[in-house]
This record gives sequence, structure tokens and C-alpha cells, in this order.
Amino acid sequence: MNLILVTFIILLAFTSYYFGRKKALVIQSSQRLTALPKFYGYYLAAWCAAPALIIFVLWSVFEPSIVKTFILQDYTDQNLTKNELQLIYTKVKALAVGTYTGNITNFLDESANKYIQLKGIANSAKVAIILAILIFSLSFAYRSVQKNNRMREPVEIFLKWVLFVASLGAVLVTIGIIFSLLFEAIRFFQAVKIFDFIFGTHWYPAKTFVRDGQPDPELMKDAFGAVPLFAGTFFIAFIAMCVAIPIGLLSGIYLSEYAGRGVRKYAKPIIEILAGIPTVVYGFFAALTVGPFVKEIGNAMGLEVSSESALAAGAVMGVMIIPFISSLSDDVITAVPQNLRDGSYAMGATKSETVKKVIFPAALPGIVGSILLAVSRAVGETMIVVMASGLAANLTMNPLESTSTITAQIVVILIGDQQFGDPKTQSAFALGISLFIVTLFLNVIALSVVKRYREKYE
Amino acid sequence: MNNYKKNLLKKRYNAERRFQWYGKIAIGLALTFLAVFMFQIFSKGYSAFQKTWIVTEVHYDKELLLIDAESPSKDDLENADYYDVAYKAMTSLDPGLPEEEDRQLIQMVSYKYETEVKDLLLKNPDFLGKIVPIKLTASDDVDQVHKGNYPRDIPEKNRRVNDYQLQIYDMLNERGDILSEFNISFFTSPDSREAELAGIASSFMGTVFSILVCLAFSFPIAVLAAIYLEEFAPKNKFTDFIEVNINNLAAVPSIVFGLLGLGILLAVFNLPRSTPLVGGITLSLMTLPTIIIAARASLKAVPPSIREAALAMGASNMQTTMHHTVPLSMPGTLSGTIIGLAQALGETAPLILIGMVAFVNTIPGTPVDPAASLPVQIYIWSESAERGFVEKVSACIMVLLAFLILMNLAAQIVRHKFEKKWS
Repeated sequence: MNLILVTFIILLAFTSYYFGRKKALVIQSSQRLTALPKFYGYYLAAWCAAPALIIFVLWSVFEPSIVKTFILQDYTDQNLTKNELQLIYTKVKALAVGTYTGNITNFLDESANKYIQLKGIANSAKVAIILAILIFSLSFAYRSVQKNNRMREPVEIFLKWVLFVASLGAVLVTIGIIFSLLFEAIRFFQAVKIFDFIFGTHWYPAKTFVRDGQPDPELMKDAFGAVPLFAGTFFIAFIAMCVAIPIGLLSGIYLSEYAGRGVRKYAKPIIEILAGIPTVVYGFFAALTVGPFVKEIGNAMGLEVSSESALAAGAVMGVMIIPFISSLSDDVITAVPQNLRDGSYAMGATKSETVKKVIFPAALPGIVGSILLAVSRAVGETMIVVMASGLAANLTMNPLESTSTITAQIVVILIGDQQFGDPKTQSAFALGISLFIVTLFLNVIALSVVKRYREKYE
Repeated sequence: MNNYKKNLLKKRYNAERRFQWYGKIAIGLALTFLAVFMFQIFSKGYSAFQKTWIVTEVHYDKELLLIDAESPSKDDLENADYYDVAYKAMTSLDPGLPEEEDRQLIQMVSYKYETEVKDLLLKNPDFLGKIVPIKLTASDDVDQVHKGNYPRDIPEKNRRVNDYQLQIYDMLNERGDILSEFNISFFTSPDSREAELAGIASSFMGTVFSILVCLAFSFPIAVLAAIYLEEFAPKNKFTDFIEVNINNLAAVPSIVFGLLGLGILLAVFNLPRSTPLVGGITLSLMTLPTIIIAARASLKAVPPSIREAALAMGASNMQTTMHHTVPLSMPGTLSGTIIGLAQALGETAPLILIGMVAFVNTIPGTPVDPAASLPVQIYIWSESAERGFVEKVSACIMVLLAFLILMNLAAQIVRHKFEKKWS
């Protein structure tokens, strides 16, 4: 239904382009026009499509909530809570489409009939209004296709608006992220105190699962302590950085200061392949090859090693991050002005002394920025941890034991069917918002550090 | 020069050499990781492209098939009972085996062997009443034994293939009745719980649909946004805000986009779960900033002289942009888009959250059918412990990597072939 309507509007826009241009061509055969004939076509097409589509979108956004208010009006005298009302509305909707399986009460049946009726009215009203708008705007636009009307300007202003709206897309996505996370997280924090979440040391959400009724508040208090997850996340990120910083930084320095053109030309893109490999592939590699390998070595040395150790996940994650650090530090080192190097050489310093004592300090802000970006990347990494590190949240600092991270827990909680309204599901969104805040914080600092650094040498 | 200075100089030169070696070692380590990694995947995965068949003889006995008609129609063949015929085809491999031990033979072929017996007759109706050779898909255990991936020298009770089955396998192998052929079904069949039957067709189609949806949503919006920000936007607080926003969005962890897809696309807009449509939209939100940044960079690279020339000829700002700047920036934009899509192609976590991790044993025909995607398939299979799946995962990774390489090559070609060099 909606699809047909939209297709119709778009087809109509194309035909109106044709007619607008045709009318302009007819005028042109006798008189001079003030714009190219195609602008008359564009003008007509824009007037045809834009108002109708805007109304269509607005209608589609607001219709459901209006219908909902109408349906739930019948229930206002029953003193129901918000959740119960929501449940009733879901039932009514299911009944109306014929997917409802519970027992049907008269009241529910009546509401479903009302729902179908309302939907019918809404649909015909929508079609009627959109057709009216189409006719009105088209006739208005067609009449203004005349020789003295300047057509290019309005078309260009319209296009500019389209471009502007598109550029709002990115803002819209950010707003969407914040709202979707906040909405569920706030409901989570109504059930669990924010203090218990941030400072609690036990993460065991499965404990709160109760088949009927509300879970025990005492249990809730102790089940959603996110400290083990925060600790695990930063611990694994730390292991990853222990691998990635030395290797990445040294290869970045070598590539920018020592390597000849040939080495640089081939080594750099090959190292960057490491960044292009999907993380799920790293996860498989970590779980199947590195994990057992670490365990074997540990056992040979007489250590107790879990087969899903934090060390394996962290090390593989570090390998994934090497190219981020090497490329970014290569860039910032190359950006250090040549005269700093020349000055150092003139004083008789060797190349490595120049690198260590002159270039590295000069490039330090940029390098720190790139490391912060890499940390943010490691904190947000999901699949490696899900597949190679454990899923039980242990509060441990032993790299040979298994730990869990924020991202891994989000996946564990949300894999399979979710029950919205359950504190366990909501806790995933609370974790998501803490992850978002942490990475945003790291990114903002890193980007501003890098930006300031760039300005210094430009 | 005195001795002290000589020593100092020597020390400094040694330090220089050491430092160079550190760099070389670091690069060597990074390259070694890559090599080990590729070797592991290829050595584990290449055998998945071979499929093992067991050849035996089947007697399409009319009585056992329960066909009464003199000249049976297609429907008769379709509805015939193939159980006994298929069963006899397998047990005839060792007629001396007591009946209660039959399962050992049946377990050597895939559980769909009855269908294979049926399909052969449906394809060749004149086989009815005759004894003909037939290829049956070997079970994943026999398959792994044949490929040499399965140790034969561990105690029998720890093995999934027992001594008797190994004996039969050796006998068949000597007779040349174990065939190894290119595994077409890996590419044409959907996922399955049985390793020997599982293929990537369903997840492959899921990936194709999600990437197309992703392209359809992200490319137009991103290019229009980039044009606005680069060519028209006034320099003020609001456009600065949009810019900061885009840069930060590019660094948001992918799983957060999965939460967005779950919380908004599924819960608010009620789009169908587990479908490439939702997956593609979620991925498009992720690729949006990548494409915007690439498109802006390539718009910026068009020299101002082009714009000035167009403006001098009397073109309006919009005409200058649309007729000259944008077409000239397209190669860079397109290669950025392809790289963005390649990133989206390898993304797993957000797709898991929106439910594209369900077991799908049909090949999706539209973007609104439930589907998995290649990376998710890798995740699903790697959670299955059987040896046959390890091989499948590695093969699936090879297909995925091949795709990524192709896309990156395409991006390079677009860039180098069509981009104009200004200098």
C-alpha cells in the first residue's frame, strides 16, 4: 500500500518533469526563455514530489501513536499502569492482524475491530490528502511555467535544501544512538541503582531470571555490578596495547625514517592488510590456534591456563591494532618538519639519536593521539573477545584466566530472542551507553590532540 | 682520537644499528603474523573445496519401491518408498554384517542419502528395475578421514569412526570407490546442521542483499551530505558541530550500531527481524561517515581553478558543483565507498544483535527473508565443534577474504584509472 503510493508519487514526478520541459519547449519555439527548458521540468518535478513525500513521511511517523491514543482511550477508566496499557495495545494489534494466540475477551475483540476501522479510515484519508496535495501543487507549479518566470533559482534553492537535509543524516544517526541507548538504559536504572551498576563487583544477570512476577530486588542489587566487565575490558585492551604499541611504533618509525622507497611501497600496504581482515576471522584464529597454543605453552611451564585466556584474546587483538598505530605514527612522524632533522644531523647526531631525542618528542602528541584512537578501538572490539575470551565475568588480573568485556556481555545478553522490558535486556543498553561514553571520551581527546598537533606544524 | 672517544663512538654506532634492527624485527613480526595467519586458514580450509563421495550400487527394485503400475508416471516415482532401496544400497557393501550392526554402515553416508537415491531415479526414470552405480555423500567423519584430517591411531573409543568403519573405508578406497570431487554444493546449498551438507549459499545471498541495501541507503545520503559540507555550508557553529559529529561517528564501536538497529529499527519501526533489510540499514549507518569523509576529501582535491573557470563562464554555484566538481571527484568518492562497503562486509557484531544469527536453511530470495551473512556464518560454524565445520569455517573465511581483496582491488583500479592527477 505505502509502496504503491510512493512509487506513484515518484512516477508522477518523472512524468511532470517531462510535461514541464515540454511546455517550456513550446514557449521557447516562439519566445526567449529565462532559463533552460530542463529547469522548468525540474521545477515541476520538485513541486510534485517534495510536498507529497514530506506529508507522507510525517503521516507515517505520527499515525501509529495517534491510533494508539484512540484505542487506549477506552481503557483510561481502568487505572492501568503504562506497561499494562502497552501490553493491551500489543494484544489488540496482534488480534487485528490475526496473529494473536491467547484467549479473546469481548473487550479486546471490540478494540481490535476499532483498530481495524481506524486503520482503514487513516489509510483512505492518507491517500485522499496526498492526492489532493499532488493536484494542488502540480497545478500551481504548472501554471507558473511561463516565459518570464526565472526557474533556475528556485530549483537550485530546493537542491541546496536537499543537500542540507542529507547532511543532517549524520546528526540524526548520533541522536538515534543516544536515544535508543538512553531510553532502555533509563528504564534499567529505574530497576537497578546506578551506584550498584558502576561499583558492584558481581556480574551475573542470568540469576535475575524469574519466570513469573518481579525478580527479587536483593538479587537484582547483586547481579548487575559492572566492575568486572570494565576491568576485563581495560585489561584485555591493555594486553592488546602491550603487543601493538612496541611493534606498531617501531615499524612506523622504521618505515618513515629508515626504509627505502621499495620497502616502504610494499611493506606498508601489506601491514595494512592486517587492519582489513574482519574481526570475526581474528576471533576464529584466536579461539582455534592462539588459545590452545598459549594453553600448551603455559601447561608446559607448569601453569594453570584456561583455554579461553585473556592473553590469547588480547594478543590477537594487538595484532589487529598494529597497523592503526604504525600508519598513524608513520603519518605524524613524516609530518615533523625536515629542518628539525637537519639541525640534529648538523650537530653530529646519528639517525637513531635524532629519532629518539628530536623527532619522537616533536611527534609525541600525535603519537599519543593515535594510541588513544587505538585504545578506543580495542575497547569497542567485539568478536575477538566473544569467540576467544570467556563469557563469565571474572574479576581477575591474571592474563591466563578467562575474563569478559562490556562488548562480549552485550552480545551474550542479546543473542537470540530478546524480551524487551526485562532488566537483563535493558542492562545490555546500559552497558552500551557506558561503552559509547568511554569511546567518545577517548575519541574526542585523541582527535583534539591530533588536530592541535597538526596545526602546530602547518 | 683517544680511546674513550673511540669507545663512545663505537657505542653510538652500535646503538644506531640496534635501533634499526628493532624496526626491522617489528616489521618482520607483523609480516610473520600475517603469514602464519594466512597459512593456518589456507592449510585448514583448502580441503573443504573437495567433497568425498562413496560409490555403491543401487537396485531400483519395483517391489521394494512399492510401485504397482506397469509404466509408472513421474508422480509414482515421486511417491515411491525409497527407504529399503537406499538401505540395501548401503548394506550391500558388506553383506555378511549382522542386521543389528547395520547402523555402522548407514552412518558412513550423510543422513540425506535416501533423497540422493531418489533424485537419481527421478533424473533417469529408465533406471527402474536395474542395478546402477550411485554416488552418495560421505558423512563428515568419513570425509575427514579421507582428507587425512582425522587421526586414525587414537584409541577406538575416543574416535568418531570405529575400527569396522575404517576397515570398510579402506576396502572401498582400495577398490577406488571413494571419490573426491570439487565441492559444488558448498556454494549452492544453504546452511545445515550436518557438516557434509552445509554450504554458504544462504549466507552469501544474505551478504549480497545487505551490502546492496547498505549501498542504496548510505551512498546517496553520504554524497549529498559531503557536497553540502564541502561546497555550500557556511562556516558557522552548526556546520562545525556536524563535522565533529561525523568524525566521532566514524569511531563509534560497531556494536553500538547494532544496539541502535535493535532499539530503533526493530523495536520502534517494527521492521522484520533477522533480515538483510535491517542488517543493511544498520550497516549503512556505520558506513555513512566513512563515505562522507572520503567524498569530502576527493571534493577538496579538485583544484579551485576548475571552479573558478566554470564560474567565470557564468555557471551558477550549483551548476559548477554538479557539472564539474562532483563528476571530477567521483573516482575518489567511489573508491572510498567501495572501501566503506568492504568494511561493512566484514562486520559481524551488529548483525548478531539484530538477529541475523538464526539458523537459516533456505536460500533467501529477497532482502526481507531471514538470512545470515558470511561473517555471521563464520561465527555460527566456529561455535560448532565438529571437525568438518573447522574446515568449513576456514573455507568460508577464504571466500570472505577473496571478496574483500576483490573489492579493495576494485577501489584501487577505480582510483588509479579514472582519477585525474592535478599538478
